[in-house]
Amino acid sequence: MKLRNYAIFLSIIIALILQIVPMPITVEQFRPDWVLLVLSYWALALPSRVNVGVAFIVGLVLDILMGTSLGVHSFAMSINIFVLVSNYQRLRNYSLWQQAFIIGTLSALYHLVVFWLQHLQTDVIFLFTYLWPVLTSMLMWPWIFGLLRKVRRQFRIT
Amino acid sequence: MNTMFTRGPSLVSRLALALFVSVIFIFVDHKYDGFASVKVYLNSIVSPLQYIASLPGQMLSSGAEKFSTHQKLLEDNQNLTLQAMKMSEKLQRFDLLEAENDRLRTLLGAPVSAPIQKMVTELMAVDNNPFSLQIIIDKGAINGVYEGQTVLDDKGIVGQIMEVGTTNSRVLLLADITHAIPLRNARNNVQLIASGSGQFDELVLEHVAHSADIQVGDLLVSSGLGNVFPEGYPTATITSIVRDESRPFALVTATPIAQLDRLRYLLLLWPADAPTQPIMPQPATPADSK
Repeated sequence: MKLRNYAIFLSIIIALILQIVPMPITVEQFRPDWVLLVLSYWALALPSRVNVGVAFIVGLVLDILMGTSLGVHSFAMSINIFVLVSNYQRLRNYSLWQQAFIIGTLSALYHLVVFWLQHLQTDVIFLFTYLWPVLTSMLMWPWIFGLLRKVRRQFRIT
Repeated sequence: MNTMFTRGPSLVSRLALALFVSVIFIFVDHKYDGFASVKVYLNSIVSPLQYIASLPGQMLSSGAEKFSTHQKLLEDNQNLTLQAMKMSEKLQRFDLLEAENDRLRTLLGAPVSAPIQKMVTELMAVDNNPFSLQIIIDKGAINGVYEGQTVLDDKGIVGQIMEVGTTNSRVLLLADITHAIPLRNARNNVQLIASGSGQFDELVLEHVAHSADIQVGDLLVSSGLGNVFPEGYPTATITSIVRDESRPFALVTATPIAQLDRLRYLLLLWPADAPTQPIMPQPATPADSK
């Protein structure tokens, strides 16, 4: 029953790896926000175990992996997970596609917050290609949801 | 209603704490570079993730190498032999010129250019952060890499080391929007500063007077001012000049000579005044210093 205790941790690690796997430049801009998707699922399913604290720490790890100033991704991730956890009872009752739409909105918020924080530090300019992950994350949500729900039921994670 | 969070602080205070700490971190990290020493350890802790993430790509390329045909290998071999011939011919003349240059410099009483040590490194990962152009290489503090070190590819300057980890380090590319490099025109020694534009193939030359003697196609080499990049390495060629008199300065763009989006093998440089010395992975590798 070891795996049961580490399933959440492992899923986050896999999401982090997927987030940084090198891709050809043409595919790169469509990369879904794996970490955000996985954390969102756990925040909706088990808000007592995965909430703002975990989001903050995972955000810091993302910052180190991506080479941004410490705190940029943790800031954005904390806000997103806060929104999900504070509304989890309502969001759980929505259909999968409605949830996907909300995840997409949150992903857009995430990318905008990251952009704003970077914009404060350096004069980066906004390109609409930065928002492709919003669409791909939305499309990935039903699959991630199904997969992680299977994992949660299989290992009876509570 | 609130039974899930009876343990520990409430959700809102957790968020407030997380945001507060994040803002403090951003401020300390960006303004004061306060995590410089901690980041070495942090980078080392997360480096296993980077190694795992680069595995699929490595497996693909090693698979491709295994399946390359005999014909292809022969062709490659022939091309490389030809290239080596040409290079060694150039090098013969270069050695002569260098000796002559050193003699002339000693005659003039000018300092003789110091030897530079080198090490070959390989690209490990390219960052997918769209706001910043960085790559990760497979040499780190255990090889003597230091912050601010120059990184080259086979054509020209690629960038400088930004963060050092134990076994890998992060390179900030020339074309990053926060990067600037002092250059000089190889044709007439006009001094210029090239800032990154955030695009792989474009640098912006800032504060160029309308009257400056520059032309499209001019080669720009590093000027060695600022003591970060050693002098004389090719860096960029000028691609466009717009001399619009209604603006205070001419709009000049250049393109890096190194192909920043197609990097594979890179070269690390240790000038004579480097803060650390290179530590070669195995003594069998020639240090290549003169």
